[in-house]
Amino acid sequence: MVDYTVLTPVNILTGFLGSGKTTLLQRLLTSPQLAEVAVLVNELGEIGLDHHLLQNVAESTLLLENGCVCCAIRGDLQQALRDLLSKRMRGDIAHFRRLVIETSGLADPVPIAYTLLREPVIRHHYRLSTILTTVDALNGRGQLETFAEASKQAAVADRLILTKTDLADADSVHALAAHLRRLNPSALLLESAQVDADGDRLLIDDIYDAGGRPREVARWLAADDLGRGDRAVQALAHDHTHDIQSFSLTFEQPLDWSAFGIWSTMLLHRHGGDVLRIKALLNVAGVSTPVLINGVQHLVHPPSHLDAWPGADRRSRLVFVVRRLSRPQIERSLAAFTALVNPQHVGTA
Amino acid sequence: MCSLCGMLEGQLHWTESKPPAAQVHSQWRERQARVRLVNAVLQHYGLKLTEWSGKSYVLSSRTGRTVIVDNLSELWGQAERLCGRRCDPLDERLLVWLEHPSR
Repeated sequence: MVDYTVLTPVNILTGFLGSGKTTLLQRLLTSPQLAEVAVLVNELGEIGLDHHLLQNVAESTLLLENGCVCCAIRGDLQQALRDLLSKRMRGDIAHFRRLVIETSGLADPVPIAYTLLREPVIRHHYRLSTILTTVDALNGRGQLETFAEASKQAAVADRLILTKTDLADADSVHALAAHLRRLNPSALLLESAQVDADGDRLLIDDIYDAGGRPREVARWLAADDLGRGDRAVQALAHDHTHDIQSFSLTFEQPLDWSAFGIWSTMLLHRHGGDVLRIKALLNVAGVSTPVLINGVQHLVHPPSHLDAWPGADRRSRLVFVVRRLSRPQIERSLAAFTALVNPQHVGTA
Repeated sequence: MCSLCGMLEGQLHWTESKPPAAQVHSQWRERQARVRLVNAVLQHYGLKLTEWSGKSYVLSSRTGRTVIVDNLSELWGQAERLCGRRCDPLDERLLVWLEHPSR
C-alpha cells in the first residue's frame, strides 16, 4: 500500500455559484501554517487570489467504461496535478506541502476525488484530505432545493461553511444550519465569521494527519450522538427535493473485517452512486484499536486507525448520507452480512 | 478495466489489507476465510469463488464458466455477468436467504 503519511494532502473547496469560495480561501491562506500551499482553480473569478502558486484549469472529464459519473477521471485536473509535481521536482516553482483545488460553482467534487484516489501516478504523490463546501446563507436554501449540484456538494462535504450570514436574518441562518446538519451530520458546520486563527485546521485536520485525527474522529462521533440523541431530528434528516437522507448505525458486537468488506464492496458496486458518504469508526474483531472508514460514493479511502479508543464506548458506529436508499434496508443488510461468520453460514459454503 | 477496481497498477485493494493493528494471521488464512464468507453469498447466485495463487481468485458458475478476479470490488461485476442477475445486498430474496442459513 502507498504510505499515506508522506503524500501531499489535497483539499477540495467547492460550493455553489457565488457562495464565497474564493473569499474563504483568501482568509485561510493568511495563516502561517498554510504558507506552503498551492492552489488550483477551475475558473478565475472576480476576486483575485494573491498567491504565488496559483494555476487555472479548464474542465474536461473522461468518463470511464462503467458510465458512472462519479467514477470519472478529470483529464484537465490529471494534467494539472502532474504538471505541478513535475515543476516542484525540478524546482521551477516554490515547494508546496498542500494543495487546494477550488472547483467551479456547478462542479461535482466526486470526480476530483476519484482522480486523486485512482489515477495511477497521482495517487502515489497526492492524497485526498477534506472536502470543504461553502453555502450562501442568503440564497443557500433555495439553491439546495433547486439544484442537485448544490445538494450533492453539501452532502459529500467534511466541512460546511455558511457564508454571508451578515446579510441574512438570524432565523433563516438557523433554519439553513439545521437543514445542513440533518443533510450531512458528520460534517463540521460553522459560519465563515467563525473562521479565525485556527482556520487552518479546517484544511489540515483529517484522519491521516496524526495531530488532527482525534479531532476529526470527535466530529464524526458528534454526528453519531446527534443521530442517537434525537430520533425526531433523525426522522427529519431528509432532503425531499433530492431524496437525500442521513442516518447513523451502531453495532454492539465487533465486526468481522472480511464480512464488512464483502458487504461494503457489494453495496458500493450496486448502489455506490447513491451512497454519498460513509464515515465509520469500527470495532473490528481481533483488532485492539478502532478502524476508520471514509468513503465517497464508489470510493473508499485506505482504512486508517486511531491509536486508542476515544472513550469507554467500544461499539462500531457508522454515519451514512444516502440518496434513494433507506436506513432499515441498509441496517438489515449489514446485520445479515455480519452474521455470515456464524458457523451455520460458513458450513453451507 | 473496471473503474471500481482498486487493483490499478498493482495497488492492494482496501479490503485485502489487514486492518491496521490487526492481530497477525497469515495472508493465506485471511484469504481463505474471505473466500468462505463470499461463497456463503455467492451460493445464492449459483456461483463459487476459489483462491488462486495468493494474488487472485477464480469465480466459477455451475455451467463451468470461469473468470479471474483480483479483488472484491471486481468480483461483483463479474458475478453479475456470469449469473445474469443483479448482485444487490439490499435485495429482499438475498436477505431472506442469508437470514435463514439452516434452509
